[in-house]
Amino acid sequence: MTAAIRIEQVSKRFGATQALDRVDLEIGQGEFFGLLGPNGAGKTTLISALAGLVKADSGRLAVMGCDVQNDYGAARRQLGVVPQELVFDPFFTVRETLQMQAGYFGIARGQARDAWIDEILDNLDLTSKANANMRTLSGGMKRRVLVAQALVHRPPVIVLDEPTAGVDVGLRQALWRFIRRLNEEGHTIVLTTHYLEEAESMCTRIAMLKAGRIVALDTTRNLLSRPAVRMLRVRTDACLPADLGAGPMQEDGWWIFRFENFSEIETRLARIRAAGCTIVDLEIGKPDLEDVFLKVMQEQEH
Amino acid sequence: MGGGFATLLYKEVLRFWKVGAQTVAAPVLTALLYMLIFSHVLEDHIKVHDIPYTAFLVPGLVMMSMLQNAFANSSSSLIQARVMGSIVFILLPPISPREFFAAHVLASVIRGLVVGAGVLLATLWFVPLTFAEPLWILAFALTGAGIMGGLGMIAGMWADKFDQLAAFQNFLIMPLTFLSGVFYSIASLPTFWQQVSYWNPVFYMIDGFRYGFFGVSDSSPWLSFAVALGCLLIVSGITLNLLERGYKLRD
Ligand SMILES: Nc1ncnc2c1ncn2[C@@H]1O[C@H](COP(=O)(O)OP(=O)(O)OP(=O)(O)O)[C@@H](O)[C@H]1O
Ligand SMILES: [Mg+2]
Repeated sequence: MTAAIRIEQVSKRFGATQALDRVDLEIGQGEFFGLLGPNGAGKTTLISALAGLVKADSGRLAVMGCDVQNDYGAARRQLGVVPQELVFDPFFTVRETLQMQAGYFGIARGQARDAWIDEILDNLDLTSKANANMRTLSGGMKRRVLVAQALVHRPPVIVLDEPTAGVDVGLRQALWRFIRRLNEEGHTIVLTTHYLEEAESMCTRIAMLKAGRIVALDTTRNLLSRPAVRMLRVRTDACLPADLGAGPMQEDGWWIFRFENFSEIETRLARIRAAGCTIVDLEIGKPDLEDVFLKVMQEQEH
Repeated sequence: MGGGFATLLYKEVLRFWKVGAQTVAAPVLTALLYMLIFSHVLEDHIKVHDIPYTAFLVPGLVMMSMLQNAFANSSSSLIQARVMGSIVFILLPPISPREFFAAHVLASVIRGLVVGAGVLLATLWFVPLTFAEPLWILAFALTGAGIMGGLGMIAGMWADKFDQLAAFQNFLIMPLTFLSGVFYSIASLPTFWQQVSYWNPVFYMIDGFRYGFFGVSDSSPWLSFAVALGCLLIVSGITLNLLERGYKLRD
């Protein structure tokens, strides 16, 4: 099966900044894929190169097997992009904006088009705003319209660049339900977000980008089972050896240790006992994607 | 051309039409003011090519309004969309460079024609005009507005800020249109300035356009048309090349 997205050796430089450095990435059809990385890592640049908004200096990109340069018409038809920047055209209403966007993709006026637009509006809770001018919408609502615009031509591959930034909890959940449904119907989803718990719960595979390079690429499950920094919380009868490397005492006699290997726990506990302190309670935090992310980013420093 | 072109053209026309007071009515009013002032001052004193001055002035003003508004349309549309970021909505769809070019230029031509027709209708109230060769009128209106629509695209892509666009407009477009014989026949100029005028392509557009009304002009309509057509080809070629390279749009 053709890959939904194939990126080969893509580099892009802006002046002195190497925004992308020989990126290789293949995303299969039907995947729910997360693209993570700190600010300035190159996520948006990679998406822009894929969408033809930015020309890569070298390398090749294809959407559903269509090269984004040589076969740009087909490639763009297969791709829906929700841009990161909150942009809008102040001249039009929400419905006009969506009809216009459908028209740009060559979708003829008619019942099928209008029914799909109504469905998108409904799913994004925008129906009541359909005839409002874009200028009058709140930031979160403008974001929803951006999502709607990306879906209007029913693209098999949907890329969302921080779709939930500035969106309230209610809509965030509704948005994810809608996106998940599209994924279940066969759409490939690529997502960037700084809310790592979102990525953890939605994405089956994740790439982490730093300074234009992919520094981790694996299934979410494998990433989570990587040795990462974990947390040990211990409650003692309020005494603790000073040189044990715990942070300051939390409320009620809880102490926090960070560790990577379970063997570290044993030595710590042994020393607490040796110091004559009594352990009253103990918890081991399960690592989440945030821990793994921070660890991966830290490793890249050395 | 696919549906993308038709929609983009529709959007570009709607964009100026929705703010018609500013994009159509205002330039018509400006032209009328020029008309009132210059005709009041000069009507009794001057005849050009044996035509009363006010009548002579009208085609020049119509053409000047068309040229300036065609330029304003594509340039402001592009720079606004680039500054606001909404340009992505027309860069993401499969719209080819040719469609992109054609839609913007055609919308500019339509704005030019609407404004031009407005000026003409408004002045017809108090100036009797002849329409000696209407085909020439149409030919020069279309090529002139087309050239300016293309130039507006170039300026709208090149300028990163509104003041750069204003500079393009004030230092290139305004002098070229004002020093092109809108308000006078270049036959009345000193030889040196006559020679300079012959290097101004806008002179030929206005001269040819005026020929369509009166059947007389400073230079042959065929020469003027050849110059206008040549300019249209050059400007279109440059614009298309910039679009195909993604100049400042897909860097
Ligand atoms: N048009 C541009 N001109 C100059 N530099 C740019 C341009 N676009 C991006 N950059 C630079 O390229 C690098 C990558 O930027 P990019 O927007 O891709 O990061 P990102 O991963 O999307 O970050 P964020 O999480 O903040 O959105 C940054 O250093 C940025 O400053
Ligand atoms: Mg970004």
